[in-house]
Amino acid sequence: MTIDAVTFYVAAALALVSAVVVVAQRNPIYSAFALIVTLCSLSAIYGILGASFIAILQVVVYAGAIMVLFLFVLMLLNVRPEERFAGESRRFKLTALALGALLAGQVAAVLLRVARPGVASDFDASSRPVARILFSPQYLYVFEATSVLILAALVGSVALARKDA
Amino acid sequence: MTPDIVQHALLLSLALFTIGAVGVFLRRNIITIFMCVELMLNAVNLSFIAFSRSLGTLDAQVLVFFVLTVAAAEAAVGLAIVISMQRHRDTLDVDTFSLLKW
Repeated sequence: MTIDAVTFYVAAALALVSAVVVVAQRNPIYSAFALIVTLCSLSAIYGILGASFIAILQVVVYAGAIMVLFLFVLMLLNVRPEERFAGESRRFKLTALALGALLAGQVAAVLLRVARPGVASDFDASSRPVARILFSPQYLYVFEATSVLILAALVGSVALARKDA
Repeated sequence: MTPDIVQHALLLSLALFTIGAVGVFLRRNIITIFMCVELMLNAVNLSFIAFSRSLGTLDAQVLVFFVLTVAAAEAAVGLAIVISMQRHRDTLDVDTFSLLKW
């Protein structure tokens, strides 16, 4: 096994375990920290898959900005651990797991049809080639539209979180 | 870099998406449900990256960039809604918010 493969499997195991902790943990603060671990290991996997630009973005935007926002709100609202878990009722838990298994089965059926995806040679997804595509006429207007989206989100969140809203 | 890794990345993305979906079914705390949705978004991003690596095109990387932006906007608006919910009902249990239920 190459060093890439070893890193990949370690990161994948870490991501899986911490994702289970996110769902199973009753205290939302612990869920948030577990989610940060998931996001960071996913960033490592992006790096191994050659997407260095997205790997950096993942750490800066997701693990940095978004999760800090989550933790900030959790601390602000002083959230207590859930006393009532929907899984309390056995039937509900089983239904949820069965639905999850069904979903996994369906997606797996599609994925396995891709039987063995190949690997392109001389792949470079660092910031320069990605930016070239991002600012090409094909995506430029979409990119500009996201700025409007962010502005709307900014105004919307201020309006929603106002004292007298 | 072997095809194996790409395929296993796709399977990892499947597993993460399922875990996130089951979390949305099981949890009752709105913030935790929110985090499970983020988990599902990340699973989709991972499959984008894996397919990008497999096909050798960079369009998927641009899509991941947009998903990241939308996720950031969604988190900002969603958490503002959470704050206002907490202010009105003093709880984050989603079962207490059934005003729009028919």
